[in-house]
Amino acid sequence: MSLLDIKNLHAGVEGAEILKGVDLTVNAGEVHAIMGPNGSGKSTLAQVLAGREDYEVTEGTITYKGEDLLELDPEIRAREGIFLAFQYPVEIPGVSNVYFLKAALNAIRKHRDQEEIDAMDFLTYVKGKMEIVKMDEELLHRPVNEGFSGGEKKRNEVFHMAVLDPVLAVLDETDSGLDIDALKIVAAGVNSLRSEDRGFVVITHYQRLLEYIVPDVVHVMIDGKIVQTGGKELALELEEKGYGGHEREARDAAAASASPA
Amino acid sequence: MTIATERKVQAPGASEKSAPAAATDFPAIFGELQDELASRGSRRVTHLRQSAIRRFAELGFPTTRHEEWRFTNVKPLVRTPLTVAAPAEGSAPTVTAAELERYFYPDCTQLVLVNGRLAPELSHLEDLPAGAVVSSLADAWQSHPALIDQHLGRYASFDEHAFVALNTAFHRDGVFLYVPKGAVIDKPINLIVVGAAQAEPVAFFPRLLFVAEESSQVTIFEQHVSVGDGAYFTCPVLEVVAGANSTIDHYKLQRESTDAFHMSTLQVKQHRDTNFSSHCLSWGGSIVRNDVNATLDGENCTSILNGLYMVEGKQLVDNHMRVEHNQPNCYSHELYKGILEGEARAVFTGRIYVEEDAQKTDAVQANRNLLLSNKALCNSQPQLEIFADDVRCTHGSTVGQLDELAIFYLRSRGIGEEAARSLLTYAFAADIVTRVKLPQVRRDLEEFLFRRLPKGEIVRQAV
Repeated sequence: MSLLDIKNLHAGVEGAEILKGVDLTVNAGEVHAIMGPNGSGKSTLAQVLAGREDYEVTEGTITYKGEDLLELDPEIRAREGIFLAFQYPVEIPGVSNVYFLKAALNAIRKHRDQEEIDAMDFLTYVKGKMEIVKMDEELLHRPVNEGFSGGEKKRNEVFHMAVLDPVLAVLDETDSGLDIDALKIVAAGVNSLRSEDRGFVVITHYQRLLEYIVPDVVHVMIDGKIVQTGGKELALELEEKGYGGHEREARDAAAASASPA
Repeated sequence: MTIATERKVQAPGASEKSAPAAATDFPAIFGELQDELASRGSRRVTHLRQSAIRRFAELGFPTTRHEEWRFTNVKPLVRTPLTVAAPAEGSAPTVTAAELERYFYPDCTQLVLVNGRLAPELSHLEDLPAGAVVSSLADAWQSHPALIDQHLGRYASFDEHAFVALNTAFHRDGVFLYVPKGAVIDKPINLIVVGAAQAEPVAFFPRLLFVAEESSQVTIFEQHVSVGDGAYFTCPVLEVVAGANSTIDHYKLQRESTDAFHMSTLQVKQHRDTNFSSHCLSWGGSIVRNDVNATLDGENCTSILNGLYMVEGKQLVDNHMRVEHNQPNCYSHELYKGILEGEARAVFTGRIYVEEDAQKTDAVQANRNLLLSNKALCNSQPQLEIFADDVRCTHGSTVGQLDELAIFYLRSRGIGEEAARSLLTYAFAADIVTRVKLPQVRRDLEEFLFRRLPKGEIVRQAV
């Protein structure tokens, strides 16, 4: 059984359709990269997976671990193992990064009928995870993302991911705006979490990330659809040729379907 | 940011045709109580009482036609028949230590006023420096008449304020605090102003006078609490004199029952080089008005006026500030934040006045409101009046709701929706919480938030 199975997914916001029939299957242990130009619907797909209510799913299905994902509230999805690393992580003044994570982890553990973790054990656990993204201990005790630099915020997302130990991780442009050193740290963090039980969907605008996180499968998303799927070499091809050809095809297809047969 | 949509506050017109008939005839009652009241305080105070009640008779209760009361309708108070007379001998309300225990802070000088009168059995003094005075006003009239006459009623003007006039006319007791030159009172003063509801609604007028001489220092908590249910009217006036180079930190926790009417005035006069801070935390009461006025009368003064209010149901809280910069090189900073639920209403008026000579004034004022319900309403009006030409003054006011994206962010980490909303509400209040430096007060404020917010236990765990 696949971890995630998306079939003919249509979704949009306020009547405007953004996803126009997405099909995607992710198995445990696989890293899937989704590439595509701005506005192609990559981030929408990420948000729909995590359960953002602003997006309305009008058609299609998402099956996660054999269950209908669309039935679940965002927090239940998280407790069932879905993690979304945000493109723009939100600042939360007054709520400490580390205590917040403890509350989140305990909500997840409770859902899984595991015992809540106490403060001492949690601190030991968290320290190990910090090393994965070389996080400064100071950021642990600061309010969530408040005053963090762009790179620190992205690193914090990967840190949250490491702590919450998801089954399916969706990274929404976690590489955008990072310098090469930060990118390497983030990528190393993700790589260290790769395992047979875990699936990844890595959304990116830039092929560069895929030099560091080598995907098993690469998808090209244009205008709300996955138009091409291939191995890691597809990313290189896109880097050389751009999305131009695909975009032209998408336009032609749209024109053809709009004109009377 | 937790505020998604920020917009300038609209001021909807409030209308009220005429002053309602008052259920309590204060001038007539004053006539009846005149002799008793004249026995309290000097002849000067007696004259002050008479001028005040005359002025009250002219002013009447404010209505929403008064500019300073446009959004605060005190009709429910005006229509409540109130008992002003002192309780007969032996029938004064008694409050036990057990009923107040949760308001006691360890290691503090403690003063308890019950319906405006000092309760000596609940009060005690701790380690006061030589020359310092902490006493009931009634005692101080006997023991320090000259000091009282030098200060009482010299700062809080009743010319344009009906409630200051009522307090000045009717006050029977209160607290006198005197910190002599160079003295430091290490242990904070915990002043608990108790409203004990009676069979009939009572009115009382605590009068507080704090005088800090040159280079002295003191910290005061002023808690307003209720014992029992039922309406009453408390009308405290606090005058603070900050002598040159003194430091005064004042915390007010207004945590009364939702039946209480609370109309308070704090007037601070700051001499040169003073540091005054006030934190005004309001979550109780039916109609609450906090007037906070700072007069910066010397150079190099700092005045920090912060506040947090959280109201629900049909509560109304009105914070009304005026900061007067009369001398150059002073700094004032005001941050008031409010959380409104249910059909609650909040009013904020902040006026910064900068005198012609007050060059290099640095004044900042902000009021931020978080509406958690569609039926809550907020009127916020920051105002600047500047007559100097080399100043830095800013003001701002916002009303907003919780940011849906932030809620989603928290939920995507496994936090339930209710807990996510509570966490963000706490986060909104956090910059006032962190400004409360005193652990006792801070803990009480946090406790209040944890209890009030749904799923507060998760908030407690996460902050």
